[in-house]
Amino acid sequence: MTVAYHKKPVLWDVDYDAPANKLIAIVGPNGAGKSTFIKSCLGLIPKASGLVEFWGQPYRKVRSRIGYVPQRESVDWDFPVSALDVVCMGRYRRIGWCRPVTRKHKVAALDCLELVGMRDFANRQISQLSGGQQQRVFLARALAQQAELYFMDEPFAGVDAATERAIIQVLRELKNSGKTVIVVHHDLQSVPEYFDEVILLNMRVVASGPVGEVFTETNLHKTYGGRLTLLSEAAEAIARTESGV
Amino acid sequence: MPLRIPILFHANMQHSIQEVTDEWPRMSEIIETVTFRAGYNTGMVIGGTALLGLAAGIIGVFALLRKRSLMTDALSHATLPGITLAFLFAGTFGLESKSLPVLLVGASVTGVLGVICVQLILHHTRLREDAAIGIVLSVFFGAGIVGLSYIQANAPGDSGGLNHFIYGQAATMRVGDVVLMGSIALVAIMATLLFMKEFAIVCFNDAFARVDGWPVGLVDLFMMALVVLVTVAGLQAVGLILVVSMLIIPPVAARFWTDRLSVLVLISGIIGATSGYLGATVSALFPRKPAGAVIVLTAGCIFVLSMFLAPKRGVFAHAIRRVSVRVKVAGDHLLEHVYESRQSTLTSDDFANFARMQGWSPLFQLLIRFALRRENMLGSKTRREIRVTEAGLERGARVSRNHALWEQYLVSHADIAPSHVDWSVDMVEHVLSDELIHELETALRNQGVDFPPSLEGVG
Amino acid sequence: MYFDLALDLFPLLAAALAAVCCGLLGNFLLLRKQSMMGDAISHSVLPGLVIAFLIASTRSPLVMLVGATIAGVVTVVLVEFVKRFGKVEPGAAMGVVFSILFALGVLLIEKAAVRHVDLDAECVLHGQLETLVWYSAPATISGLWSVETLDAIPRQIITLTIILILAIGFVSLLFKELRLASFDPALATTLGFNSTLLHYLLMIFVAAATVASFEAVGSILVIAMLICPGATARLLTDRLRTQIVLSVLIALFTAVGGYFSATIIPGWFGRDTVNAAGSITVFSGLVLSLTIIISPSHGILSRMIRRIRLSSRVALDDLLATMYRAQEQAQAEMSASDISDAILRSKPQPLLNRAVKRALIQRHRGMYSLTEKGQCAARSIVRRHRLWEHYLVDQAGLAPDHVHETAERLEHLPPVPPAGPQTDPQGKVIPDDPQVP
Repeated sequence: MTVAYHKKPVLWDVDYDAPANKLIAIVGPNGAGKSTFIKSCLGLIPKASGLVEFWGQPYRKVRSRIGYVPQRESVDWDFPVSALDVVCMGRYRRIGWCRPVTRKHKVAALDCLELVGMRDFANRQISQLSGGQQQRVFLARALAQQAELYFMDEPFAGVDAATERAIIQVLRELKNSGKTVIVVHHDLQSVPEYFDEVILLNMRVVASGPVGEVFTETNLHKTYGGRLTLLSEAAEAIARTESGV
Repeated sequence: MPLRIPILFHANMQHSIQEVTDEWPRMSEIIETVTFRAGYNTGMVIGGTALLGLAAGIIGVFALLRKRSLMTDALSHATLPGITLAFLFAGTFGLESKSLPVLLVGASVTGVLGVICVQLILHHTRLREDAAIGIVLSVFFGAGIVGLSYIQANAPGDSGGLNHFIYGQAATMRVGDVVLMGSIALVAIMATLLFMKEFAIVCFNDAFARVDGWPVGLVDLFMMALVVLVTVAGLQAVGLILVVSMLIIPPVAARFWTDRLSVLVLISGIIGATSGYLGATVSALFPRKPAGAVIVLTAGCIFVLSMFLAPKRGVFAHAIRRVSVRVKVAGDHLLEHVYESRQSTLTSDDFANFARMQGWSPLFQLLIRFALRRENMLGSKTRREIRVTEAGLERGARVSRNHALWEQYLVSHADIAPSHVDWSVDMVEHVLSDELIHELETALRNQGVDFPPSLEGVG
Repeated sequence: MYFDLALDLFPLLAAALAAVCCGLLGNFLLLRKQSMMGDAISHSVLPGLVIAFLIASTRSPLVMLVGATIAGVVTVVLVEFVKRFGKVEPGAAMGVVFSILFALGVLLIEKAAVRHVDLDAECVLHGQLETLVWYSAPATISGLWSVETLDAIPRQIITLTIILILAIGFVSLLFKELRLASFDPALATTLGFNSTLLHYLLMIFVAAATVASFEAVGSILVIAMLICPGATARLLTDRLRTQIVLSVLIALFTAVGGYFSATIIPGWFGRDTVNAAGSITVFSGLVLSLTIIISPSHGILSRMIRRIRLSSRVALDDLLATMYRAQEQAQAEMSASDISDAILRSKPQPLLNRAVKRALIQRHRGMYSLTEKGQCAARSIVRRHRLWEHYLVDQAGLAPDHVHETAERLEHLPPVPPAGPQTDPQGKVIPDDPQVP
């Protein structure tokens, strides 16, 4: 996979080749453009220039092979659906337009819930789940997509220890079955333990590669050692000229 | 130059001339109307309006979930200039200028234009959604008013009846119009049910839907188109000011009763249909009562009932739950106090003191004692003291121990349980489940922390 | 004759007063993102009016005002209640509350109408501006200076004037507090200004303005005037004080403009006048859309012009930089086709002509070369480009073979890259700043 992404106020000239069958962490301070990176890979945010390819093909052609776990805060958890319904959404594409969700798909969704240890909560309304449980439901939905490459936006944010264990367990299983997972992560301590590869991001890629090589004191210092003020200024200038203000 | 005469804008002028009073219809009349036997026309109108209510209730669910409720308000107000324009143009092109389909097409065009204008304002200026909606709503409606007054003053021939679109007039609808309204409603219902799954995923999580390959923009557009259809269909019966409430109130009311989307759609549809049915019936029985207002008030009554009485999300249920938790916690505190003071009775003075310290009102004290006695925690009461039962003492002991456990845990473990630390320390000792207590004990034991011995031995 | 004292004086006065009053208050609704609350209140004062009328059996302004104000406050409280206890989304909560109240008002108004009083559900919407006719108006303007004029003023206008004076007093006395409470309610409360109280005060004024305007201009104009002038002014300025003054002027302008469009324009086509309240509303919409398009700071048109200007400057910059680079390769002169190839433009002639006109380049026997002035400009651009490249590689840590495109964008923008070494990452010389000798 080649991601050549370039420009736009928050992220500059990212050039990264993700190796297959690895757990990859994207790490960086707040506002470094981690989520932006994922979202622009998935075409959720228009990118100024550059090219994102998966297995040498544009994103549109390989959609069905890509799974996504958005940030937990991005949805209204008071929505009137149960945990099972949410996981079934991961299979809607497979079910197709206008067809009802059949028993077969429900069983498959239940299996996904089982994998994240949430089978007992299948019929709970989603607002009655704890933050960690909601996150696991999202993970189960991504599993239901049966993709080969997963993008996860902060799956470990604000979850309890049990959920963190469950999630990392699932991630390892995914890797063992030959999948690739790209995770936006905020906890530096657990990076070496959980991940194989790491991308250090702060408005641009500071370093990327295997955790052992890249996850060093100097690189971290470069990533977290404050924003490049000139770069932010330039970003704002570009944003201003783009909108013509 | 034509004479400038002030136009008096009185739609109901005819009413004030002729003597109209609201007389109660006879019982037989009521029964006939309610059971669809009061003439073909009336029956059709009632049925059609009920169907419209059903459609509005169903599609309204998705407008609510997509947080577009007020957008529909802008949409419905924006239909008025379309109606007047269609009337004027139809006249010039030799079409029957008052034919409903022509007017409704006009209404849809400007309605959609209004929605587009809201989007354009949001996209090109720094005004917020509320302002954009308000601008479109008032300006388009003002244009419609200008059009209406122009038609009243200048258009040749019969122009009356156009202003019925503002407040609606179900009773005087022609059969053809009702059939049109009913079939539009039916189409909207079928389409919504068919695409429920797609609407649900887009409303819940549009980013995920997009990544999953759904054409989110298209689905959104289709949802909006259905809303336009229902709004336009309801113009004549309900009136454009109140037709939006048929889209907003039923889903909001239904939301109190259920957590399931399919059930929500069902209940919302039923509420919509009921209010449509009742509104049209009342308006058939009392010709002066505008159907739109009756429909909205019916839906409004159902909303108020739902909001207060619904078993889980209702205001009363919520209040009762809160009070009962407070009573339980207070009762636990009391028992803990008794246990820790190593007595088996509670003197009245002691109780009064404790209540004062906790800041309990007299009513609350009564509630606590009542609740505890019902659970057999408190026994007989004499003038000077209250007996605490065996069960009560045991409960007190358990609470006391949980309290200690939790404090130990917070001291030694707080960093690894981020999801639990936001529980208030005071509350937590009462809500710990047995499972969690067991987990706590294990955790503390592994850390080598001392904790109060298990109660099994206390007996 | 376009202005007729008998027909036009009082309606125009009423429209202007109502517009200014609502326009003034609307600013704060807009800031608080509560514009729709104005809409909700103007719908739901209807039952307040009717109930007040049914109870007191009089249409005295004070009774109406009290009824409507209570209804206004009740609306705000109910919306808050439904939102909080029903966990209903704010927009939907507002929709539910005001439509139920409005429906109640419509039903009650029919009841009131049974008593043969001209409360009319439709007049509520578009008002009765045209009925404010002054039958015994003097023939000339100078005839206005008499005591009879005062007697003839309709009570709608008196009510509106009083409300307007109160509203002006409210806004000017509490300007500082209102501004703070609109911007940061929490801070306002901690500083000791109860922002909730201010909010309710504002809502009371909105309700009062609504009901005072009601009879004369109708609720639709009230809604438009609560939102449009403020929104228009918001697009023209970033300062609240200016915005308020502007919004009042705009309200006044739209009231007068809209009124005369209603009375005069139809006459040109030999038609009768149209509803003035509606026309004022449309006029305010037109003013707003015009502002959206041509506002000097945020208008669509001015932004477009600025973009075009920028891109033409970029083209010029690119031309100069290209020629400078050619010069570095010891190619002091270039033909038009060379340039066309280098800057990837099929028709470079207009660009070249412009550069010649500005004396940045000169033409000699069909070959172009940089002038002294062009030399300076080109050097400054190339310097920025290479300094950016250096910065991006050195500070931002980007790969040297990637930075050219980014630098190409940045070299045209205001931020100045920090001074660096003598050469850029590709080893090319970074020229000296031409401004510093």
